[in-house]
Amino acid sequence: MGVVLAHLPEIGGGLLVTLELTVLAFAGALVLGTIVAVFRISPLPPLRALGLAYVEVFRNIPLLMLLVLIAFGLPEAGLKLSLFASATVGMGMYAAAYVCEAIRSGVQTIGAGQVEAARAIGLTFGQVLRHVVLPQAFRSMAQPLGNIFIAVALGTSLSASIGLMDLTGVTRLLNVAYAEPIATFAAAAVCYVLITLSGGLLTGAVERRARILR
Amino acid sequence: MDTAFLFDAPGPRAARRTRVATVACSAALAAVAAFAVWRLGAHGELAADHWAAFTTWPIMRYLLTALLGTVQAALVAGALALPVGAVLALARLSRLRPIRLAATGYIELFRAVPLLLLIYVFLLALPAAGVRVPVFWQLVLAVSIHHTAVFAEVFRAGVLALDRGQTEAALSIGLTHGQAMRLVVIPQALRNLAPSLVSQVVTLLKDTTLGYVVSYPELLESARVLGEYTGNLLPTYLVIAALFIVVNLALTRLAHHLEKRRHAHA
Repeated sequence: MGVVLAHLPEIGGGLLVTLELTVLAFAGALVLGTIVAVFRISPLPPLRALGLAYVEVFRNIPLLMLLVLIAFGLPEAGLKLSLFASATVGMGMYAAAYVCEAIRSGVQTIGAGQVEAARAIGLTFGQVLRHVVLPQAFRSMAQPLGNIFIAVALGTSLSASIGLMDLTGVTRLLNVAYAEPIATFAAAAVCYVLITLSGGLLTGAVERRARILR
Repeated sequence: MDTAFLFDAPGPRAARRTRVATVACSAALAAVAAFAVWRLGAHGELAADHWAAFTTWPIMRYLLTALLGTVQAALVAGALALPVGAVLALARLSRLRPIRLAATGYIELFRAVPLLLLIYVFLLALPAAGVRVPVFWQLVLAVSIHHTAVFAEVFRAGVLALDRGQTEAALSIGLTHGQAMRLVVIPQALRNLAPSLVSQVVTLLKDTTLGYVVSYPELLESARVLGEYTGNLLPTYLVIAALFIVVNLALTRLAHHLEKRRHAHA
């Protein structure tokens, strides 16, 4: 217990890195995932193919593989990012594939009648998406997006294995230095459980407010 | 999945516009791809000797051995996590409160703790406590413990998704709760769950890359060793990434196939 109390600032710093990574990567994934989802349902064949390829590649590549590739592989091709940037970019690109699939299934839940009505009053494809489909899709997606948020929060721990000092990284360091596993791992586990729990509660609250009663 | 209702069947003008936009998009994509290739070329990553090595038998044998390591870890972890997950799901659905609470606690805890933290427990905490676990089991046990909780939730969702009438009918012809579960609910739930279980196996396979952390020679760890040995990191990682994508795509296709077959029967 003493180790945890004596190193609260370090653990807090690690927690902060984890939270920053989570928020930045999730925000990036939302934007990128929406773009890829629009590609996937667009009328243009090359964009559809690109969207499909993106999803298939990033859903099937292991996250750690992606992080290692960005952090240690790409510098050989002259693309050098900081560890934090590598982790954010990798995590965001990985989660974007899942966001895209969530949005796509959200779009599926919208009645064809809605879209037909929108087209009948003369809206273009872009306008249909912007004013009719996506606003409704996003409201029905609180739960799946919340699950992705939690997955991102847990996934950021992998950045510890490329050397970033996030919550997991700090825990590992404290263990190597002091060998008091029970207290340090319990502290880290509590932090992660709190993040997951608050993510779940937040999702529930957003879902109740955004839900469309049919 | 069909999203064709989002836009009209194109008329002559729209078809022309679509063709123009298609050409423009393709050109833009080709330009991006060409830029990426040019960047790689400028740093000498496209030189033939960087890639030729992967067609030689020793390197191929090394990578196949690594693939075997990945598959072994995934199979053993899956073989442990699947049955235990099923039992845990039943425990969470049990009518005995203590059993239910214990199962819920296990599932919620291990779904909320990142797998890497669990790996560090096996890597750092247990040796400190004097328990030495071989590298293979450091990876496999951590992955199984985590995925047991995930599989349990998949199973539970499947059991709950089954029509209540099935259980009620089973109970009304005089089966006990256990018999109803064993003879009626579980066989049907398992069949419905086959696609989600296969998708979950993909996740499990991806998680075996954490062997990188414990130095278990699976694909990613072997790629690191090979890449650092030959000074050829980027091509090695790209080859391994492609290998992962091919294997997982095959599994995903299997899941789709099972899903389709299920709908054909229903």
